Amino acid sequence: MAPLDVTSDSIFWRVNDLTVSYGKALALSSVSIDIRKTGVTAIIGPSGCGKSSFLCCLNRLSEMIPGCCVSGRIEIQRENILATRFDSTSLRRRVGLIFQKPNPFPMSIRRNLELPLREHGMRDSREVDSTITRCLTEVGLWSEVKDRLDAPALSLSGGQQQRLCIARALVLKPDALLMDEPCSALDPVSTAVVESLIQSLSKNYTIVMVTHNLRQARRLGSDVAFFWMRDGAGMLIEAGSSDQIFNSPRHELTQRYVLGQVA
Amino acid sequence: MSVALDDRPTNASGHGRLLVLALTWLAPAIVAAAFLWLIGDVVLRGIGGVDWNFIVDVPRNAGRAGGIAPIIVSTFLVILVCVAVAVPLSLFAALFLAEFSRASVPMSRIIRLSLNCLAAVPSIVFGIFGNALFCVALGMGYSILSGGLTLACMVLPILIRTMENAIRAVPEDYRLGAAALGLSKSQVIIRVILPLSIPGLLVGLLLGVGRALAETAALVFTSGYVDRMPSSLLDSGRTLSIHILDLSMNVAGGDKNAYASVLVLGVLILVINSGIAALLFFSKRRSGLTS
Repeated sequence: MAPLDVTSDSIFWRVNDLTVSYGKALALSSVSIDIRKTGVTAIIGPSGCGKSSFLCCLNRLSEMIPGCCVSGRIEIQRENILATRFDSTSLRRRVGLIFQKPNPFPMSIRRNLELPLREHGMRDSREVDSTITRCLTEVGLWSEVKDRLDAPALSLSGGQQQRLCIARALVLKPDALLMDEPCSALDPVSTAVVESLIQSLSKNYTIVMVTHNLRQARRLGSDVAFFWMRDGAGMLIEAGSSDQIFNSPRHELTQRYVLGQVA
Repeated sequence: MSVALDDRPTNASGHGRLLVLALTWLAPAIVAAAFLWLIGDVVLRGIGGVDWNFIVDVPRNAGRAGGIAPIIVSTFLVILVCVAVAVPLSLFAALFLAEFSRASVPMSRIIRLSLNCLAAVPSIVFGIFGNALFCVALGMGYSILSGGLTLACMVLPILIRTMENAIRAVPEDYRLGAAALGLSKSQVIIRVILPLSIPGLLVGLLLGVGRALAETAALVFTSGYVDRMPSSLLDSGRTLSIHILDLSMNVAGGDKNAYASVLVLGVLILVINSGIAALLFFSKRRSGLTS
């Protein structure tokens, strides 16, 4: 694949020949792509084309999935994060993951945010509290929940839960966020709120977002990567700036997909 | 014509429905009646024998008179030993089965197979085994310790299986969510999985304690019959269920106090059950899992 037209300093992930298989089934075959720092890289493509598998490799959560086998190279600052000696827990501190279905822990709102902080060694209660306030403010949830931080997180609405999950990822001060269809389980109003949140976060964080929604990809994505499935295995067809992919795609398949002519 | 054709099946299924309806009401009615009869019988015959004195006095005249204070103490001690040994063992075994081994791994298959076998062993066999191992081979004699350890062996399968299920019941979302926050496997288990599986773990504990409280055969040969107040775990101690067995089988005229003891045992089980149910309720409400 043609790399994006950028200098190496502005690259966050440099993915080279990434192949993912589950048992004997090939899920993703030989993907190479550079993902730029800051901004939203939207990953589009039909179901089963390996978008989520790709996302899970970027923070090595793939190793938690039984039978999942990953090969190739993914570099962050010239270090191969797929190397076994690379510490995956510290990688996941730097790269947060937002799931499709909001998954706050069934604990209080405060505890959801406190847990990762405490487990990563923050002892000072005032520091914990101020971090919680900062992150809840950042996701626009502070005014909604400041009076009920000890209420169960599951009592929040779906959109609020998803924003809480984003706040939970932000407390660790990550460099990047991975989002796996973050709005697909939300109603249109919550979707709009979360979308504008993603937009504002993209100024400071590198965001990679899987989405089924082409309009969302166009609205939010600064870069777009188009995945497709061939012979049961997912592959990258092309990647480029949002403008290029939607207006002058190099590949005919991309053209037909963004026009809604194939699904 | 069409009416007649349509009517018959409707009628037939109407009778069928009536029959099913009658049976679905009758069956639970029979079960409830049997239960009420049992409870009623015990309460009516036992209530006269239970007073404060019965609880705090020692048995006299082979249990025909006096109370059951040492019996209650021995019962608690045996259960305590059983729980103290069985719960940690079961918890770690359940964690191993649920979190650290796949179902197909030979080790976990061997463990599962042995648990199934253990669960099917009659309690009298546990009694004889406990006698041979704890009382004789390890020199603990007839003692509360031997009894508690024997009970621990006996409740292991039920504890491990319910605890394993409780741990497995924690949705994968939370495991992945916690791992995605950069938590190590042990942090994920201690901070997320165990706290979330507490309700299920409590149910396992409840089943185990209930089983242990009701046990007689496994204790006859291990904790023994002595009805004095135990002064250490190495003393023999008579539990409630053995006291009931002894009074009703071996002591002429012991019926009244046997019934009274059954009532005390029943109330004990009820109290433990309600206690754990209350714990369950509060832990669920705190997590926001209850509607």
